[in-house]
Amino acid sequence: MSTTITIKNLTKRFGDVAAVNNVSLTIEPGTFLTLLGPSGCGKTTLLRCIAGLEDPNEGEIYVGDKLVFSSKKGISLPAGQRDLGLVFQNYALWPHMTVYKNITFALEIQKMSKDQMDRRVKEVLAEVQMEGYADRYPREMSGGQQQRIALARMLAYRPKVFLMDEPLSNLDARLRMDMRTELKRLHHISGATTIYVTHDQVEALTMSTNIAVMKLGVIQQLDTPDKVYHFPANLFIADFIGNPKVNLLDGSVNGNGSISLGSFSVPVATYGASGEVVLAVRPEDIAVATKPMEGGVEFSAYSVLPSGADSTIVARREEMEITVKVMGISTIKMDEKIWLKFDSETLNLYDKESGNLVVSLN
Amino acid sequence: MASLEASTGETFVSRLPAKARRFLRWVTTPQVVLSLFMLFLMFYMVIIPLYRMLVTTITFSENDLRYAQDAVIGQLTPFHWLRMLSSKISMIMTYEPLLHSLTISMGATLLSFTIGGAMAWMVVRTDMPGRNIINVLATVPYIMPSWTIAMAWKVLFNNGTTGGTPGILMYLTGTPPPDWISYGPLPIIISSALHYYTFFFLFVSAALMSIDSSLEEAGELAGASRARILSKITFPLVVPALMSGFIMTFSKTMGTFGGPNVLGVPVRYYTLSTMIRSNTTISAFGDAFVLAIVLILFSMTTIFINQKIVGTRKSYETIGGRGFMAQKTKLRNWKGLLTTLVIIFQVLIAVLPLILLIWSTLMLRSGDYSIGNMGLAHWIGESDVSINSGEPGVLRNPAIYKGAWNSIKLSLYTAFFTALLGVVLGYAIVKGRGTRLSKFVEQLAFIPYVIPGIAFGAVYISMFTKSVGPIPPLYGTFALLVVVSVAKHIPYSSRSGVSAMLQVGRELEEAAAVAGANAWQRFTRIIFPLTSTGFVSGFLLTFITTMRELSLIILLVTPTTAVLASMTMRYIENGNEQQANAVIIILIVLVLIGNFIISRFRGGSLKKGLGM
Ligand SMILES: Nc1ncnc2c1ncn2[C@@H]1O[C@H](COP(=O)(O)OP(=O)(O)OP(=O)(O)O)[C@@H](O)[C@H]1O
Ligand SMILES: [Mg+2]
Repeated sequence: MSTTITIKNLTKRFGDVAAVNNVSLTIEPGTFLTLLGPSGCGKTTLLRCIAGLEDPNEGEIYVGDKLVFSSKKGISLPAGQRDLGLVFQNYALWPHMTVYKNITFALEIQKMSKDQMDRRVKEVLAEVQMEGYADRYPREMSGGQQQRIALARMLAYRPKVFLMDEPLSNLDARLRMDMRTELKRLHHISGATTIYVTHDQVEALTMSTNIAVMKLGVIQQLDTPDKVYHFPANLFIADFIGNPKVNLLDGSVNGNGSISLGSFSVPVATYGASGEVVLAVRPEDIAVATKPMEGGVEFSAYSVLPSGADSTIVARREEMEITVKVMGISTIKMDEKIWLKFDSETLNLYDKESGNLVVSLN
Repeated sequence: MASLEASTGETFVSRLPAKARRFLRWVTTPQVVLSLFMLFLMFYMVIIPLYRMLVTTITFSENDLRYAQDAVIGQLTPFHWLRMLSSKISMIMTYEPLLHSLTISMGATLLSFTIGGAMAWMVVRTDMPGRNIINVLATVPYIMPSWTIAMAWKVLFNNGTTGGTPGILMYLTGTPPPDWISYGPLPIIISSALHYYTFFFLFVSAALMSIDSSLEEAGELAGASRARILSKITFPLVVPALMSGFIMTFSKTMGTFGGPNVLGVPVRYYTLSTMIRSNTTISAFGDAFVLAIVLILFSMTTIFINQKIVGTRKSYETIGGRGFMAQKTKLRNWKGLLTTLVIIFQVLIAVLPLILLIWSTLMLRSGDYSIGNMGLAHWIGESDVSINSGEPGVLRNPAIYKGAWNSIKLSLYTAFFTALLGVVLGYAIVKGRGTRLSKFVEQLAFIPYVIPGIAFGAVYISMFTKSVGPIPPLYGTFALLVVVSVAKHIPYSSRSGVSAMLQVGRELEEAAAVAGANAWQRFTRIIFPLTSTGFVSGFLLTFITTMRELSLIILLVTPTTAVLASMTMRYIENGNEQQANAVIIILIVLVLIGNFIISRFRGGSLKKGLGM
């Protein structure tokens, strides 16, 4: 049932701007792939090209073995013949049709019998926990309910691939959390290959089996959430992912195998890195103490921001500012002296010039 | 734009080179198909007729043998242009009528600006009570035929110098009013302004409603006087709306025929529109078309200058009325008096003309307005030689029923095709947004807007006298009236089509495409149901405006295709004024019925029909 999607050298230009720039990508059956990136990086455009709502300028797209788009061969299957389902950001439920009609629209086109349609509607409404809403009009439902119906409408005709463009972005924080759970469950049960667009990194990290980070129409890194989080391929990704943000510290490689960060240095095995580098360390990977400790560097607590489950501490030493995250409500007071210690296992080094990951130290 | 529709793997197509296939795919996307279809249609309905008209002005015709003995029929010649623009008769034929047209347009525009603007300001920005009544009454003169007030003027002020029934004033006082009151520019300007002030009223009140009163308050805090605020802050902000009202009123009055024909022609005060008509009645088409082209050029230049001043789009669009909480000027002691005056004025211009017209139709012996001389002879009387040269009463006259039926038929057909084209144009333009094709379609659709009504009718005389391509000669047919009415409505239908389509997010159609619906299914099941309110209100509005349209069709009707509007002119020209007035009453009743249906219909309003 599950399907591979293959994209080869896909480019889509609007005027002179390449919204999608020479993207090649293979999405294995059953993958939950998230396209993640800042606003305007081309996520939606890539998704629409796959769906057949946008004609790319160059490249090829396969859904399974079926060539659905090829610029060279002049092929472009209409959206309806690509075996895909799409959920829009604003749901796009047809306002003049009841939930029942919305869901059966595609089925009617496929000339399904009335009995079968009734059964199918029951099924999908149960899947999204909206039994009993079949006769409502879209405007008679809340945003979260409309979202579920949009999902049900896509599920109804059993597409081989699910495409979703920021389906949760119009929901409030709580509802979003609930829907994430549901969507992940749905993917788990159906096993359908899914491409999911978001600019919310938490969503990407929690839902995906794979994440493709995009910038200016180019895929920067395609990896598992774990890899993307712990081994960002370049400074852009390191900076984009993680909350609070990763600490990026300018330094230079010393002869003795440590990195000099100005007034102090951090001992690391440099594996041949040399010259100017940027050291990246996640806030939760830094140890904090209120007393001097072995290998600790003295800072002062510039600001302390507890938020329940954890606390963020902004520490300063001369020009340097470092963000640290600790569990629970911190007892550290503002302007108190604190000692920070880096764990050489969790550091990443980036080439200052190119911004690319040089050495992974963890 | 993506091809939602594309040719799949048929063998014929798959053998074509990639480039050809890509072209084929582009050409078969629904919005491209519809755009090309509309281009073709507009080409036939607007561009070719314009071209043929131009050719006629530089070609000798059989008719020219009367003036030019050495004319060779069919030969190219500057004859008509020279004759109309630089000969002994060009003063009378061209320049005087042009001057008259400009005088009337300017006068009517300024007067309707004063009336409409002042009323809009009072309704929107003062604490005047009864605004709902005023709003409703303001649209009444506009839904009546444009020459209603001119006819009523005649009932009131006719002095008998040019024949016809003497007016009420003369009956009561015994002395004939002077010619400058009875005929000519003054009454034409007044009667047109009282008809067209609705534009200004609607545009300006929409604009005023959208102005954030904090802008004015800022001025007030800075110590500016009321008058200063009005002239320095409020006025500049409503300039785009004023300009819209200006071009609309100006181009309408430039091409208007009814008023000048009723009040100008009897004293030989010709405008371009009446001069065009008198040339076409003697088949001097070459001469008539030169005048029509002059008229078009003047109208286009005005609109062009206007757009240069205000910016291309603003003059055509208006500020959407979002209704800020505006601070209202207090009228204090003036409140009661002003309100009464405004309402009396409105009732007068809405109701008095009707009373006068009805009164005149009840009068048996012409010129005697007393109660004793009243009767229904003009309505239901049998033919009586002592009354109105033996014509039977209008309700006994089969020609009237035929005309009424023609009017209704014309309005129905026009309304249907206009509304349909609106949906098609809206779809083609909105779906293709950003492409050159879409922009081209939109611009082409605008052309009929800049061509005054009578000139637009003239354009169609030269077209369709012979068969053009697959189209049979249409001159003198009822179909031609439908074609010209639909073509003239294209700018409005494209505007309302576009705004209806913009309400339908593109995702709604895309969702259907992904679900496997083809273009036809998407159109019938998604697009059309979602724009049907716009379709119906567009339909009803076109219905009433077509019903009372005269300038556009006056040159094209024949005795068998006559509609009520053209019949009133025929009666006036034959001196049967009372009959004419009775026909106008019938016409107004039909229009009011149409209007009543609109007001019953959810979402339909005159404002929407004007694309506001
Ligand atoms: N129809 C269009 N015409 C012209 N430019 C477009 C069009 N659609 C997208 N673009 C441009 O292409 C680029 C990518 O847009 P896209 O919508 O794919 O971004 P996105 O990653 O989905 O952003 P967001 O997170 O804001 O939704 C942007 O620079 C955008 O301005
Ligand atoms: Mg997007």
